Amino acid sequence: MSDFKRSMSLTGEPPKALTVQQKIAVLIGMFGLGILLLSLTSINFPNKALWLITSLVSITVGIIWFSSAAYLDKSEGIKNDGVWFKSISSRGLLGWLAGIAMTGFYVVLYFYPQFLGLQGEGKDNVGVIGLFDPLSKALSGNPASQWFVYGTLYTVAILAFGIKFIWKYRHNRYEKIRTMSVMFFQTAFAFLIPEFMARLNSDSFSLPYYDLKNIWPLNYSNFEQYRVDSFISAGTVGTALLIFGVISIFVITPILTYKYGKRWYCSWVCGCGGLAETAGDAFRQLSDKRKSAWNIERWVIHSVVVFVVLMTTAVVYTYLGYDPNKYWLTRNVFLIGVAVILTLVFAGVMIFKRKQLAKDAKYGAIGYFVIILALIGFHYFSNTESVFLLKAEKLRSSYGFLIGAVFSGVVGTGFYPILGNRVWCRFGCPMAAILGFQQRLFSRFRITTNGGQCISCGNCSTYCEMGIDVRSYAQKGENIVRSSCVGCGICSAVCPRGVLKLENDTPAGRINSKDVLLGNDVDLMEFVNRKV
Amino acid sequence: MQHTIIIGNGISGVTAARHIRKLSDQQITIISDETDFFFSRTALMYVYMGHMKFEHTQPYENWFWEKNRIDLKKGRVTGVDATSREVILKSGDRLSYTSLIIAVGSKPNKFGWPGQDLEGTLGMYHKQDLEKLEKYAPTNKVCKRAVIVGGGLIGIELAEMLRTRDIEVTFLVREDSFWNGVLPAGESEMINEHIRSHHIDLRLGVNLKQIIDDGSGRVKAIEIAETGEIIDCEVVGLTAGVSPNIDFLKGSELELGRGVKVNRFLETNLPNVYAIGDCAEQHEGIGLRRPIEAVWYTGRMMGETVAQTICGNRIEYKPGHWFNSAKFLDIEYQTYGWVFAKPQAYESQFHWMHPDRTKCITVSYNHDTNEFLGINTFGIRMRHEVFDRWLTENMDVDYVIKHLKEANFDPEFYKTYESDIIKTFSQQETLLT
Repeated sequence: MSDFKRSMSLTGEPPKALTVQQKIAVLIGMFGLGILLLSLTSINFPNKALWLITSLVSITVGIIWFSSAAYLDKSEGIKNDGVWFKSISSRGLLGWLAGIAMTGFYVVLYFYPQFLGLQGEGKDNVGVIGLFDPLSKALSGNPASQWFVYGTLYTVAILAFGIKFIWKYRHNRYEKIRTMSVMFFQTAFAFLIPEFMARLNSDSFSLPYYDLKNIWPLNYSNFEQYRVDSFISAGTVGTALLIFGVISIFVITPILTYKYGKRWYCSWVCGCGGLAETAGDAFRQLSDKRKSAWNIERWVIHSVVVFVVLMTTAVVYTYLGYDPNKYWLTRNVFLIGVAVILTLVFAGVMIFKRKQLAKDAKYGAIGYFVIILALIGFHYFSNTESVFLLKAEKLRSSYGFLIGAVFSGVVGTGFYPILGNRVWCRFGCPMAAILGFQQRLFSRFRITTNGGQCISCGNCSTYCEMGIDVRSYAQKGENIVRSSCVGCGICSAVCPRGVLKLENDTPAGRINSKDVLLGNDVDLMEFVNRKV
Repeated sequence: MQHTIIIGNGISGVTAARHIRKLSDQQITIISDETDFFFSRTALMYVYMGHMKFEHTQPYENWFWEKNRIDLKKGRVTGVDATSREVILKSGDRLSYTSLIIAVGSKPNKFGWPGQDLEGTLGMYHKQDLEKLEKYAPTNKVCKRAVIVGGGLIGIELAEMLRTRDIEVTFLVREDSFWNGVLPAGESEMINEHIRSHHIDLRLGVNLKQIIDDGSGRVKAIEIAETGEIIDCEVVGLTAGVSPNIDFLKGSELELGRGVKVNRFLETNLPNVYAIGDCAEQHEGIGLRRPIEAVWYTGRMMGETVAQTICGNRIEYKPGHWFNSAKFLDIEYQTYGWVFAKPQAYESQFHWMHPDRTKCITVSYNHDTNEFLGINTFGIRMRHEVFDRWLTENMDVDYVIKHLKEANFDPEFYKTYESDIIKTFSQQETLLT
């Protein structure tokens, strides 16, 4: 970054400037944002519903108009012209300002919602949260919270930038369909359905706010006491939802990942992925491709999985203790169950898939496995109230603060313009790590490379949001089977030579290693393959 | 210890170095004065277009070379002394080798046009060309119009680059249709239309007469030979092909033709001196290939081959079936086997074009034996492995057309055209019989 030149231009003028239409579009969008900002001050808008609609519509129209001016007068095809000359998308001043503004927004949202106008129980909201009250009441019947404000803006962002994405990649049907899918899941599953479900709640019947597509461990609080109690007390519907939550983890996700790779979730369904793909698309080229970044990624993301497993085990363990006679699931059964499942997974991988793991991955897996079992064993044979040497509540709150708030929110989204759009998915998401593990070892999914056609231009690596050095595989003609790949398909889209294709095929021959370019003489290929 | 010196850090030289390192422990030195590190020449255009930074064109991180004990030396080689087995650098340094690989690539052709060396003229081949382009054509205010001379792949890429900065482009092509020495007429015509739809002023069947000086040694305009028309411009791109970059070897004992003459083992007439890549010239073309092949992938294959020879496993360079690819603005092109622009006596061609005129294929086959000879595809991606197999197995054309779906490499959910292609093909067959 330090030796980064904005442009080699001697005039110092970026060769890309905004058109008149785009300037007007920015004005309209900023007007909408301005209303939200003004609502934070003491101004009390008289007709909140009208001002809210004006604001959201202006923001949406601004984004859509800007995008239409950017793409629709050009021919279909990849148009990344000037991406590295524009301040916003090349870590220039605008990029840093956007990053700081978004990070600031997240800090306030997570830790100081009172600044947004949240008044707490019984009092009327003011500020921007107050502005959203009419919409929230219309949907769920309840006043808005900071999460409702966030959810609404999130959905607006995915819808408006989703349209931008579809126009930008309109020559590519995979990208269009995939984007419609994330737009749908965000609007329906993450936004509207939970609000409507909340409307069903009464004094005798209450379900927790539940986004059905949000699966543990991404949804790390799904098995906390208040939620489980609430599910169970809601009778058949609640119990069904609870069972669905468990089945999603152990049955649905492994099957879908086996068939299609983790992309079915990460770039077709997931909300975090949805925002990254749509609003974050302008920043995908900023992900770090160095090998050092990859090493950090593998250790950090897998540590988060271990952390979330320990934390959830500890939390569930604690409340099971309150009434051991009520359920068949006692503390002991639960702990032994966790140990057995982890052992089975670990043993299965080490026995059947050992050869596919790199040395450091093997050591890491063994290390973490020993730590978890030791903690469980240690606890089992000692009679202490605190689980895993720490209090469950302490673990939960640390996870919630460090991973749930700081990592996934503040860093994950706030740093889009600095570290790229999938920072969270790449370095922090435990769900991505688990699905990635399944994808790497048990899936039919791979990216195939087209014989000897690669010219090593590097478009694929540059535009990989997960920081995978796609080119290093493509120039060898080797299939790409990586746990971090979210299957966004952009590498295939930006390739000027048609070298990359996302495929689901039989597991045999998925991992190939070719040392000699296809098209070279057959004898030489045989020779080198024999040597290996 | 054995010491292999490689002159040139392009794809050929670097591939050779990597494979020698895989196979042996000898000392390896790569000499270049173009850049410190290997980069992909094919990606230079994306740097100017703002798709990538220059660093992105480097396939290996900077620590790679030291870790793999490949010494990089920046310098210009001015001569080779085969008797003392030394290369001579511009700085006066001499380095001695046990094996020498000449992998110096090519340079843009210039045909002695008046004014061809004025400031503001450039090729689009070296990193230095890109730097020149940034100097002379940073914006459409500094450069209102550029003229590109030469109707090949580099010319159309240069036109695409300049258009991303809204610079007017006049594109002079000597032939009466773009790249029609390589592409069959229908395809060439389709690309003509596509070029024009990108607001590029395509002039067919014209030659450059001269480049006119503004009085201070800079380009002011060009004159077209046929019409005498003068076109004002600030930049002239000379992209009429490339030729081996071997001037520094003239007067040495090396046998030279247009390039460095090599046999099928990539050996020159001097012991332990090899030439690979764009600068190597076969005594006779291999199969239907030309003696000099300035193609990215043949450079790689020659690098792999020469590494085997140098490491004691003397191997003949035997490229397999011809293939290649390119991109014409938004239209991707792939070719497998041989489809000639002007069909050979034994050759028939089946042509299919989509009504939107951005997708088409041409299948070439022997009309006596029905053997499949090759395919050109535009706007449809095809799978290399499948065509490589079909060519090896000498499949007949009916089989290939019927099984085109197996070879499709387009992304999921893309519209497919195989059934339409099969229909068109069988209609044509009925007409013929």
